[in-house]
Amino acid sequence: MNTTSKNILYGLLLLVLLAVPFIGIYPVLVMKLLCFALFASAFNLLLGYTGLLSFGHAAFLGGSAYVAGHALKVWGVPAELGLLLGTLTGAVLGWLVGSLAIRRQGIYFTMITLALAQMLFFFCLQMPFTGGEDGLQGVPRGHLLGFIDLGNDRIMYYVTLLITVAAFLLIMRIVHSPFGQILKAIKENEPRAISLGYDTQRFKLLVFVLSAALSGLAGSLKTLAMGFATLTDVHWSMSGSVVLMTLVGGLGTLSGPLVGATVVIALENKLGEIGHFLAGLTGIDWFNGLGESVTMVIGFIFVVCVLAFRRGIMGEVIALVERWRGKQA
Amino acid sequence: MDFFGIPLSALMGQLLLGLVNGSFYAILSLGLAVIFGLLNVINFAHGALFMLGAVLTWMGLNYLELNFWVMLALAPLLVGLLGVVIERLFLRWIYRLDHLYGLLLTLGLTLMLEGVLRSAYGVSGLPYSAPISGATNLGFMVMPNYRGFVVLASLVVCFATWYVIEKTKLGAYLRAGTENPRLVEAFGINVPLMVTLTYGFGVALAGLAGVLAAPIMQVSPLMGQNLIIIVFAVVVIGGMGSILGTILTGLGLGIVEGLTKVFYPEASSTVVFVIMAIVLLIRPAGLFGKEK
Amino acid sequence: MKHTVKLLTLALGTAGLLTAAHAQDKVRIGFTTDMSSLYSDVDGKNGAMAIQMAIDDFGGKVLGKPIELLSADHQNKADIAASKAREWIDTQGLDVMIGGTNSGTALATAKVAEEKKKLYIVNGAGSSALTNAACSPYTVHYAYDTVALAKGTGTAIVKQGGKDWFFLTADYAFGHALETDTANVVKAAGGTVKGAVRAPLNTSDFSSFLLQAQSSGAKILGLANAGGDTIASIKAASEFGITKTMKLAGLLMFVTDVHSLGLKDTQGMYLTDSWYWDKDDASRAFAKKFFGKAKRMPTSIQAANYSATTTYLKAVTAAKTTDSDKVMAQLKSMKIDDFFGKGSIRPDGRYVHDMYLLEVKKPADSKSPWDYMKVAATLKGEDVFTTKAESKCALWK
Repeated sequence: MNTTSKNILYGLLLLVLLAVPFIGIYPVLVMKLLCFALFASAFNLLLGYTGLLSFGHAAFLGGSAYVAGHALKVWGVPAELGLLLGTLTGAVLGWLVGSLAIRRQGIYFTMITLALAQMLFFFCLQMPFTGGEDGLQGVPRGHLLGFIDLGNDRIMYYVTLLITVAAFLLIMRIVHSPFGQILKAIKENEPRAISLGYDTQRFKLLVFVLSAALSGLAGSLKTLAMGFATLTDVHWSMSGSVVLMTLVGGLGTLSGPLVGATVVIALENKLGEIGHFLAGLTGIDWFNGLGESVTMVIGFIFVVCVLAFRRGIMGEVIALVERWRGKQA
Repeated sequence: MDFFGIPLSALMGQLLLGLVNGSFYAILSLGLAVIFGLLNVINFAHGALFMLGAVLTWMGLNYLELNFWVMLALAPLLVGLLGVVIERLFLRWIYRLDHLYGLLLTLGLTLMLEGVLRSAYGVSGLPYSAPISGATNLGFMVMPNYRGFVVLASLVVCFATWYVIEKTKLGAYLRAGTENPRLVEAFGINVPLMVTLTYGFGVALAGLAGVLAAPIMQVSPLMGQNLIIIVFAVVVIGGMGSILGTILTGLGLGIVEGLTKVFYPEASSTVVFVIMAIVLLIRPAGLFGKEK
Repeated sequence: MKHTVKLLTLALGTAGLLTAAHAQDKVRIGFTTDMSSLYSDVDGKNGAMAIQMAIDDFGGKVLGKPIELLSADHQNKADIAASKAREWIDTQGLDVMIGGTNSGTALATAKVAEEKKKLYIVNGAGSSALTNAACSPYTVHYAYDTVALAKGTGTAIVKQGGKDWFFLTADYAFGHALETDTANVVKAAGGTVKGAVRAPLNTSDFSSFLLQAQSSGAKILGLANAGGDTIASIKAASEFGITKTMKLAGLLMFVTDVHSLGLKDTQGMYLTDSWYWDKDDASRAFAKKFFGKAKRMPTSIQAANYSATTTYLKAVTAAKTTDSDKVMAQLKSMKIDDFFGKGSIRPDGRYVHDMYLLEVKKPADSKSPWDYMKVAATLKGEDVFTTKAESKCALWK
C-alpha cells in the first residue's frame, strides 16, 4: 500500500475523529480511547519495531499518571506543566528500567521489566500520596496555557485529540526515519547490526526511553481527562492489556495499536451491550450474560489471535490488501 | 534468645511455615520448569491448572463422594489429560514462534478457564476440610498434621521427578530431545509424543499441588492468580532449565518469604521480585541455570 | 475497494459502539458493582436483581413514567465505575446512581455525581469518608460504614470481656481505616491493643501472621480485612488451633463468607452488619422472595439495594420530580421504615439506622440451610455512626 493511499486513510480517520462530538458519540469515552491508543502505539515502538517485549509498561503509564495527578491537584500547576512533568517522569523511569533491563536478552529482559514494574506497584501501594486503593481522586482540569478552559468536555476532547495526533505523528516519523530502520534491523538480527558497527545497546535504551516517555504522556493525559489515577494504572494486568492491544491490532504496523486499543477498550466498557446486541441478532439468550464474562471473552480473543490472527487485525488486513494488489499486477 | 527482637521459638515457627509454602512453590515451579526446559513454552496456564486440580478435588467430594486420597491420584491424572489435549490442540502450532505467543496463548486459556469456573461457582470459595486432622505440638508452635504431610509429599514428588529427569534413561531422552530434537528423532524416539506427555506431566504436577492446596487455601476459581507470578519468579531465579535449582529455589523462597512476613510483612508479596531483579542482573541464567 | 474496507472496519467498530441513546421519558436508575471478582458474591448481579425486584414491586412506574435499570460490572476499578457513571449521566439521562462494593470506586463515582449534580446512594462500599471528609450534597451513604462496624463490634466485644486485641489488617486504606477505627473504640472502652500485623491484599496463606498474633498473648483477634482475605484467615486460624486460645472478630463480614467457610470454622465469631435475613418476619419474607430467584439468601447489601430503591422511588413520588436537589431534600426530611431498617438520613448524607451484632451459631444449633447466625445485640444508630463532634463534613455543622 503506497504512502498516498495510507495518508488519505489517516486523513479520513482524522476527519471522523474531528466530527465525534457532533455525530453523537460520547467524547469522554473517545478521549480514554485516544490515550490508550497512544499507549499502545508507544508500546508497539518497542515490541513491534524493535522486538523487545516489556511486561512492565504499566509502570510508565501509571507512574506518570500519579506524578501528573499530584502536580495538578496538590501543587496546582497548569495543565501543560502537569503533562510535561508526567512525560518527563515516564522518560526518567524508562531510563532507569531500560538501562537495567537491556543488559539481558529475550525472556530475561521481559522478566526484569516485570520485576521492576512490580516494585513500582508496591511503592505506589505503600506511598500515602497515591491514595493507595482509593486512588488519586479529584484531579482538576484547570486551564491550558492560561486561557483554554478544559472543564468543557468538548474543548478537552479537541485538546486531547491534538496532543495524541501530534504524538502519533512523532511515532510515525520515528518509524520512517533511519533510526527506525536501525530498530528494525535490531529486531531482525541483532548480531548483524552490531557487526555493521551500530551500538545496539544505545539504540535499545533510546527507544525504550522514548516508548516510556510517550507512555507517560498517555498516562498524564488520561489523568487530566478522567480526573483520577488509580492502582489499576500500575498493575501488571495493565501491562498485559497493552500487549493484548498491540497483538490484536497488529504488531509492527502503525495503525495496529489504534485498532487494538479500540477493540480492547470497547470490550471492557461495552461488553454487556454487545451481548444484548448479539442476543437480539441471533436469538441466542446466552449472549445476554456476556457482560459478566469480560475476562472469558478477552481470554478467548487472546487464543484466537495467537492461533489464527497472529498478525493482528491490521496485519491481516494489510496482508490481504497486498495479496489483492499482487493479483492485480 | 532473641533475633532482632523476635524470640527464637517464634522464628522457628515462621521458618517451618515458610517451608510448607516453599514446598508448594517447589512443586508448582517444577512443573513450570520442566515445561519450559523441554518445550520452550512459558506456560501461563499453570496457575489455572493448579486451581483446576483443587476444584476437581472439591467436585469429587461433593458430586461423587470421592475422598481426598482418591482425588490425590485422580485429579492430577485428569489435569494431565487436559494438558495433553491443550498441547495437541493449541500448543503444537506455536513451538516455532517467539516465546511471546506461548505466553499469550496460555494466558488466554487461563482467562477462559477461570472465567467459566467463576460464573459457575462464584469467587468466595468452596470449603474443603483437611483429610488429616489434628495438630502436633512441637513446643514452639502447633503444627497441623496435614501441613506436615504436605511438606513430606512435596519433597517426595520433587525428588522423584528430579531423579527421573536427571538419572534415568527416559530423562536422558527428554533432555536430549530439548537440545536437538531432529537428532533424537533420527534415533527412532518419538519426540512429538514425548513432548506431549511432558506437557501433560508438567501440568499434572500443578494439578497435584492443587489437590494438596485444597484443604489449606479456600478453593476458589481465582486461587491461581496470585501464585502464578510468584512461581514464575521462582523459576527465573532458580534457572530455567535446572530442575534441582527450581526445587531448591522454591523451598528457599518460601523460607525467605516467611522471614519477611515477620520483619516487614507488607513487603512479603514483593520480596520475590526484588530477589528476581537482583539475580537477573548478576546471574541472568539464574542461580543454578546454564545459559542456553 | 480496499479504502472502503479499511474505513468501514474502523468506522463500524467505533461508531456502533460509542453512539449515545437519548430518551427523556423514563426514570433511569444506574448501578455499578463488582460482578466478576472479589466481592461479586456480596453484591454482584444478585444485587442488580434486588433493585429490579424493588422496581417491579413498586409497580414499574413512578410519576407515570416507566423505570429503567442500567447495570454494569466495574471490575473493582475506579476508572470504569466513574466513566460509566459519567457516560450514563451525559448520554442516557440517568436520574440516580446506586453504588456497589469497593470504596475506591464509590469515592470516584461520588466525585462524578457531585460534579454532575446527580443523586448517588452508596450501599456496598464502607469508607466512612463518603459522609465525612469526602461528603457531598449528592451522596447518601445507606447501608453501613467502617465507623459503625468498628464501634459495633469493638464496643460489644470489650463489654463481653474481650479486652486484649491483636489486629490482622489488610494492607490498604480500607484495612488501615478499619483497624484504626476499631483500635480507638477498644481503647476508649478500656481495652488494650497488643499489636497489629499488616498483610498484603490477597495473601493466600495467613499462617505466619496468625502465629504472630498468637504469640502476642491477646485474647481477641480482630480481622481488619474483607472478602477472600477474611475467609483465608479464618480457615487458617481454625487449622492452627488459634481459635482455642483466641476469639475471632470479623470486622467486615457477610453471610456469604460464613456460607462459604461453613459453621465448623466460624462458630462463635462476632460480626456487625446492617441487616440479617432472619432478624424478623418482614426480613424473612423478603429473603424468601429473594431466595426464590437467586437460590441464595440475600446479604445486607442486596437487601439495602432493594430498600434504597424503594425509598428513592417513594421520595420521587413525594417530591413530584426527579430533580436531584429536590429529591435529596425529600430524602433528608422523610422518615424511613421498612424491613431493612428504621431511621432517617442526616444532613451529611448518612442514613442512621440500627446495626446488629451477630454471633455465628454452632453447627448443632443450625436448623436449616443458611441458618447461620443469631442477633446477639441490636446497636442503636446514634451510638455507632460518626458523631457530630467527630465529623469534618461541612454539610453537618
